[in-house]
Amino acid sequence: MESMTHPAGVSILGMLAGLIGVITLVAVNALFLIWMERKVSAHMQLRPGPMEVGWHGAIQTVADAVKLMGKELITPKDVDRWVYLAAPIVVFLPVLLTFLVIPFSQTLIIRDMNVGILLVLAFAALTVLAILMAGWASNNKYAVLGAIRSVAQNIAYEIPLLITLMSIILMVGSFSLVDIVAAQSRVWFVLIQPVAFILYITCATAETNRAPFDLPEAESELVAGFHTEYTGMRFALFFLAEYTNMFIVAAIATVFFLGGWHGPFLPGIIWFFLKVYFVIFVLMWFRWTFPRVRFDQLITFAWKILIPLAFANLIITAFIMKLR
Amino acid sequence: MVSYFKEILVGFASLLGGMAVTIRYFFKPIVTVQYPREKIEMTPRYRGYPQLGIDPETKTHRCIACEMCSRICPSQLIEVAGTKFPGEKQKRATQYIHEHQYCSLCGLCVEVCPTTALEFSQVYSLAGYSREDFVIDHLILLQKRQQAAGLSATPVPTAADIEAAQAAEAAAKAAKEKEAKAKAKAKAEPEGEVKA
Repeated sequence: MESMTHPAGVSILGMLAGLIGVITLVAVNALFLIWMERKVSAHMQLRPGPMEVGWHGAIQTVADAVKLMGKELITPKDVDRWVYLAAPIVVFLPVLLTFLVIPFSQTLIIRDMNVGILLVLAFAALTVLAILMAGWASNNKYAVLGAIRSVAQNIAYEIPLLITLMSIILMVGSFSLVDIVAAQSRVWFVLIQPVAFILYITCATAETNRAPFDLPEAESELVAGFHTEYTGMRFALFFLAEYTNMFIVAAIATVFFLGGWHGPFLPGIIWFFLKVYFVIFVLMWFRWTFPRVRFDQLITFAWKILIPLAFANLIITAFIMKLR
Repeated sequence: MVSYFKEILVGFASLLGGMAVTIRYFFKPIVTVQYPREKIEMTPRYRGYPQLGIDPETKTHRCIACEMCSRICPSQLIEVAGTKFPGEKQKRATQYIHEHQYCSLCGLCVEVCPTTALEFSQVYSLAGYSREDFVIDHLILLQKRQQAAGLSATPVPTAADIEAAQAAEAAAKAAKEKEAKAKAKAKAEPEGEVKA
């Protein structure tokens, strides 16, 4: 398969198309998600949300983005310069890279790797590094506190996340996301392993630093947590990374539990996006229902409740698989 | 051991209960009134700025320019001027200006008016670009409200009208005094004639 247009057996044109597709998807997704978040939060509080710019405030996000881009990029005096500048980029790039392996439909996948989920989880861990970089380099007490809390939180919640996904991988027998989706052609895994689904959603909420686990960016407690000292476009990058991260964890939930692109009548890609946005709606639902968890409660919850439950789920799954 | 699992289950159930509340609220209609685009019905006793009420019989205002409101206003915001027009029994206001930007809506002017000419309006959406936007000329406002209600607008007396009215009144007064003097003289003279 190796040739000029296919170095290492991969089509350059296909890669380019994928790249453009992913960047478009990320931009449009952030645009849509920010609007959706504001509307969902508003209606849960019996108010209309943005209504001025465009139909029911649909272009509000564009206006906000233009405003953010026009803001002055302030760099505080004693920051660790290169770390400070690199942090927004490091937080955003890994999230972009995880789009490589997600199956949007039967045929729409940039690269079907046989270690698909490992890639996603590895890159998700890089965002923790970026948060630590941002917090430490900012030369700000509150940023450092936010960063430290965020690192502790992310590390703690990654463990039950991995173990929960391992239960599904045990059942399917492959790390490839395409195989996992294909294995759900008759019945979705949410019906076979509901406990795993609930555990996964909880860990996903904690991984993306969303309420009720949003202590690192708690507006009322730490000014803005680890991104206190970031203004304008750099702040926009953090914001963008958070919403794209939400999309990624929702996509993984869809692939692992909700049957990926399977569904009657409508084409696969529409089902995929419907499921992803349903999961994101549930994440937003969590945000406007639950109060913020105190830090020690957060860590207790991860280590003393989620990890034992995830282990129990894994052991029971292994047991049942062995008995078959 | 059992309490550990019980705690998890009870806690999980309470989380679901909380989510049920939120999703119910998601589907309820919004309570916000979107201010510039939607109108609110004010209650009848809502206290907007004081304005000249339209009398249901004469279809115009009842102000007799007695200046009670002007004197009682604690911030001295009301300016009234009026004269007596020929053929009418009482004075009529020819100018009624009130500076609403400083008004405290105390209601003393409405309370003290002897003819109940003043009432509170129901206008709540007052927005302007400068202080001067809120100086209200009530005779003009009355015309607008009369037109909105389909009544004929009471004309605002011009300076010429006022001068003519004042001149007519002065003339009438002078004529009356002359008549009174002549009467008094006529009363005194016959007695004198008899004597002589």
